[in-house]
Amino acid sequence: MRTARNIGYILGLPVLLVLVWWVSTLGSVNFFVPKPADLVETFGEVWFGDRFFSDVLPSLGRLVVGVAVAILIGVVGGVLIGSVRWLRSLLEPTLEFFRAIPPPVLVPVLMLLMGITDSMKVMVIISGCVWPVLLNTIEGVRAVDPVLSDSAHTYGISGWARVRYLVLPSASPQIMAGVRQSLSLGLILMVISEMFASSSGLGFTIVQFQRSFAIPEMWSGIVVLGLLGVAMSFIFQWAERNILRWYHGQKEVENAA
Amino acid sequence: MSSETLAAGGAAPSVERQRRKAGKGAAKQLLGILGIIGFLATWELIPRLGLIDERFLPPASEVIAALVVDFGLTAFWVAVGETMKAWFLGLLMAVAAAVLLGFIIGSSEFLRKATNSTIEFLRPIPSVALIPLAVLLFGVKIESSLLLIVYASFWQVLIQVLYGVADVDMVANNTARTYGLGRMARIRYVVFPTALPYLMTGVRLAAAVALVLAITAELVIGSPGLGREIALAQSGGAISGMYALVLATGLIGVLINMLMRQIEKRILGWHSSIRSEVIV
Repeated sequence: MRTARNIGYILGLPVLLVLVWWVSTLGSVNFFVPKPADLVETFGEVWFGDRFFSDVLPSLGRLVVGVAVAILIGVVGGVLIGSVRWLRSLLEPTLEFFRAIPPPVLVPVLMLLMGITDSMKVMVIISGCVWPVLLNTIEGVRAVDPVLSDSAHTYGISGWARVRYLVLPSASPQIMAGVRQSLSLGLILMVISEMFASSSGLGFTIVQFQRSFAIPEMWSGIVVLGLLGVAMSFIFQWAERNILRWYHGQKEVENAA
Repeated sequence: MSSETLAAGGAAPSVERQRRKAGKGAAKQLLGILGIIGFLATWELIPRLGLIDERFLPPASEVIAALVVDFGLTAFWVAVGETMKAWFLGLLMAVAAAVLLGFIIGSSEFLRKATNSTIEFLRPIPSVALIPLAVLLFGVKIESSLLLIVYASFWQVLIQVLYGVADVDMVANNTARTYGLGRMARIRYVVFPTALPYLMTGVRLAAAVALVLAITAELVIGSPGLGREIALAQSGGAISGMYALVLATGLIGVLINMLMRQIEKRILGWHSSIRSEVIV
């Protein structure tokens, strides 16, 4: 009974919305709004063919490489800058400025510096996604519990062991918050870099459909991007639950107390 | 604020500590300025030494000069005005809609459960996916920017408001009910103050996101504003001008962050999260 009700809660509104969409497009021939059945059909035709290998996979590859490199740079740089006080004071205002630059403006800049290449697109993703991770890591490293830090010092834990067992775990909730931001930013930058300057990839294909007024195809592209966003969000939540299991457990204990 | 803190602290040691802290703060600021100067010097040297061609990365001095020239041009300020107009209107619409819906959904257990799956599904959809739609519907007008801005910022605020409304202290709520406060009065005096810090966090995040989307829309779609100027400068080969505009967007970003923090401080001055920041 309870599971039935839960399923009702999860599916109720989406089903209702699709029904409204279906009914409202039943008689009309609105140019901009395709019928649900048409969209599903187009979706299959357009995206489960050659295009999957020629456009979707390369885009995804660039996204994964870009975000992974950005996270790596962000965490390593963040631990370094966060642990050295004078370095932090030296770099913080400059980094804040870089973070404040809206990342999409990097597309024309990098296009100029690197030409329209795959590595330019990866570079756009890296240079946009690195700031949230970097600044959050700095913040997390700075906020390491002083008692824990002193205890580690007393026990002679230093160097790599200190980073591995004290600094990274304490900073990880903050780091994950940064990673979350940079994931959604990465998807945006992937699409923009392809829309602005490219001859392949998801963003390019969707804009191409729009320019040729292939409306159901365009909508199917929007759906693909939406599904990508949702999938990334689920993967992230799963990863976060696993990496931060100890943290959520601790929070629960604290809240219960 | 600081004089109050001093009076509260009272004794000499705390004054002493504060002075030492001020000294440390000044040193920190000095280092920060040094960092910026160091960055600008590196930027100046890279093209001058020929590491990157001057045509592609002009030295810092040239770019800053171009920015200063921009400051004297009406066209520049018109572009800034267009960007800020889209930013402000988009943010306003997103916040208004999110607050209204957030309070309605958040105050009912049933609605919260029923909308959860839909919200979790719609929220991660990148707003740039709507670019083709915006172009078809509105072309290169400001409405295109607004569509993207509103969509992106709406979720940021809505989620925070939902958290905030869910965070209401049951004891406080029941007390209010016992004292005969009606539904509206409870929303005004119990739910709203609880949700306000969450709301402000949401608005602060949304303000940054809204600027990113405003610039994106201008850059990719070509609706009027700084983003379009950047794209034009790049394709027209006005490279120093392009870098100057990029700097300008960064400055606007910093200003917006500072502004939002100030507003948050002003509005939440009564809240412990802000007050403890001032005292410690």
